[in-house]
Amino acid sequence: MQLWLIPVFPLTGFLLNGIFGRRWSKAVIHTIAVGSVLLSFAWVLKTLAGLGDLSAAHTEQYFTWIQSGILHVGMDFTVDRLTAVMLLVVTGVGLVIHIYSIGYMAHEGGYQRFFAYMNLFMFFMLILVLAANYLVMFVGWEGVGLCSYLLIGFYFDKKFATNAGNKAFIVNRIGDFGFSLALFLIVVHFGTLDFGAVFTAAGGKSEGTLTAIALLLLVGACGKSAQLPLYVWLPDAMAGPTPVSALIHAATMVTAGVYMVARSAAIFTRAPAAMEAVAIVGVATAFFAATIGMLQNDIKKVFAYSTVSQLGYMFLGAGVGAFSAGIYHLVTHAFFKALLFLASGSVIHALSGEQDLRNMGGLGKKIPWTFATMLCAGVAIAGVPPFAGFYSKDAILAAANNHAPWMYWVGVITAGMTAFYVFRAIFMAFLGEYRGKGHPHESPAVMLVPLVILGALSLVGGYLFRVPGYLAPLFPLAVESHDISPMLISVAFGLGGIALAWVFYVVRPGLPDQLAATFSGLYKLVYNKYFVDEIYGAVVVTPVVSGSREVLWKGVDVAVIDGAVNGAGNRARGIGGVLKLLQSGNIRSYATWVLLGGVVLLFVMGVMGGLR
Amino acid sequence: MTGVPLSWYLILSAVLFSLGVAGFLLRRNVITVFMSIELMLNGVNLSFITFSYQLRQVNGQIFSFLVMVVAAAEAAVGLAIILTVFKNRATLNIDDVSSMKD
Repeated sequence: MQLWLIPVFPLTGFLLNGIFGRRWSKAVIHTIAVGSVLLSFAWVLKTLAGLGDLSAAHTEQYFTWIQSGILHVGMDFTVDRLTAVMLLVVTGVGLVIHIYSIGYMAHEGGYQRFFAYMNLFMFFMLILVLAANYLVMFVGWEGVGLCSYLLIGFYFDKKFATNAGNKAFIVNRIGDFGFSLALFLIVVHFGTLDFGAVFTAAGGKSEGTLTAIALLLLVGACGKSAQLPLYVWLPDAMAGPTPVSALIHAATMVTAGVYMVARSAAIFTRAPAAMEAVAIVGVATAFFAATIGMLQNDIKKVFAYSTVSQLGYMFLGAGVGAFSAGIYHLVTHAFFKALLFLASGSVIHALSGEQDLRNMGGLGKKIPWTFATMLCAGVAIAGVPPFAGFYSKDAILAAANNHAPWMYWVGVITAGMTAFYVFRAIFMAFLGEYRGKGHPHESPAVMLVPLVILGALSLVGGYLFRVPGYLAPLFPLAVESHDISPMLISVAFGLGGIALAWVFYVVRPGLPDQLAATFSGLYKLVYNKYFVDEIYGAVVVTPVVSGSREVLWKGVDVAVIDGAVNGAGNRARGIGGVLKLLQSGNIRSYATWVLLGGVVLLFVMGVMGGLR
Repeated sequence: MTGVPLSWYLILSAVLFSLGVAGFLLRRNVITVFMSIELMLNGVNLSFITFSYQLRQVNGQIFSFLVMVVAAAEAAVGLAIILTVFKNRATLNIDDVSSMKD
């Protein structure tokens, strides 16, 4: 079925724009970039149509990549129902965001660079989801990390952007270190990296082995999907252009960790301790990030923490065994969170770069389309039935309730906070009086059409795409509970959150400040994001930097390495200084030495009986 | 070779060689040094021939031919070098030719 064409289209776009883009007009550049993703999307549709119902995985083997001892790694792609869902999300949402970028980036420099990186990202993301073994997946995994770094630091002349790029890359290294350790363990214990072979053999391995592998995979997933304690890079990643935040840091790349956990379900389900760890990490992240999101004033930061929080939900779903619910939420989240970012991008575009919610307000009348689509995303993420987020969040919370009620309750409270902070942002931006200075203008159609498409998907996507049912052959559905009270409670919390936001920011705008003054200690703690960055700075960064400077540089490098090299050189010079005395230039002295040597040789051979 | 013992030939050979060494080490005139080298070579040749004759084997004689060829070639090249050095420096004192030292 020529699966390889799916990632090759964006790669071609990257190469064309990357090499020749500098000389081309913007029209040519974005035609190539969007066209390549469109072709990729079309090819996904054609492939999936041709593969029928995909009840069995379809694998294509292209060439042997590594053949070394027992290890055989092929450049193989596979498609099953899980891959199909991911392919549609990545290429579909990716296409919409590419189209949006035409409008958003129209007045920015580095147009061809932006689209080249975006296409490169699509290439690696498709490699990641198509991979038929862990190593090919790792290639995509690292590749999307690279593109994330490049696009976060897109405005490379701004210090904070390059710092944010570095932070994302370095924090991800920690996760990737865990991931690569997991790969080594898999090679040691299974002798192969192929998904099929590993998952078949997983039943025969000891629980300890599987737990170790699963926990290391979880470390990798925590890095990529911004879970506690490695989430710190994602909020800073908002330094990149908004379409990047939507595509990479909301819809696709950050969900790679969830995908990887779901893909490795055969390992995780046999390691209950690791599953528990996944669930706890997920629920803790969801709650923790949601509390921070409630007090952020930068519109993109609000949604960044919201992304961290929602990714926590997906991990919670996967951790309590409802992998399909996690993927379900991944899909709906791709719709509404991409929309939230794109719509906030539209707001920022309208205000010529203003991102602070306190300088917005009253925008609902000036940019009505953006307002309307953002409301769609808002009701979807708040879990208001029957919109997209309701279905997936309900599936996760139901599974959590079956697993451990306390997780359910934390999830429900988080759902309330989610609704609160999203509508807080919406109300602050779109209702009330305009507090800014510029003249807002509605975005062009090329930006609004993607917003409308995603808005429609946010409203009906959960109902249309019944992901858990589709994935049932891979991940058996949990037993249906007829008790609808958990669902009603979570919906009530969501609506309560919206109502609270309404009271705080529309009815009585002074109330939040009074509360902040009353609970000033708690307010400052949360407002400053629990000082996590500062703690990491003091506990990790400073010791590493000073340790590198004092021990590694001045100690190891200067004393040991330079000392060894310089010492070798000095020793050679010293010996040479002695030996050069022999080179007197006096031929007769040379002859004397030759004679002496001859005599010594004769002596050795004759008297001592030879050199034996 | 009746009447003349082997050792006499070898002693003569050793004496020739030692004279060559002594001349090489002690004389400063480059021509003399050169002749000393020839003397050493011929001393070695003599011992080759002696052993060849004694052991009834032809190897030693072949070796001595080889040595003669080398000596001839050496004389040709060496004398040419000496000539050039003399033209350039107007000296035959071997101690003055030490510019390769540094």
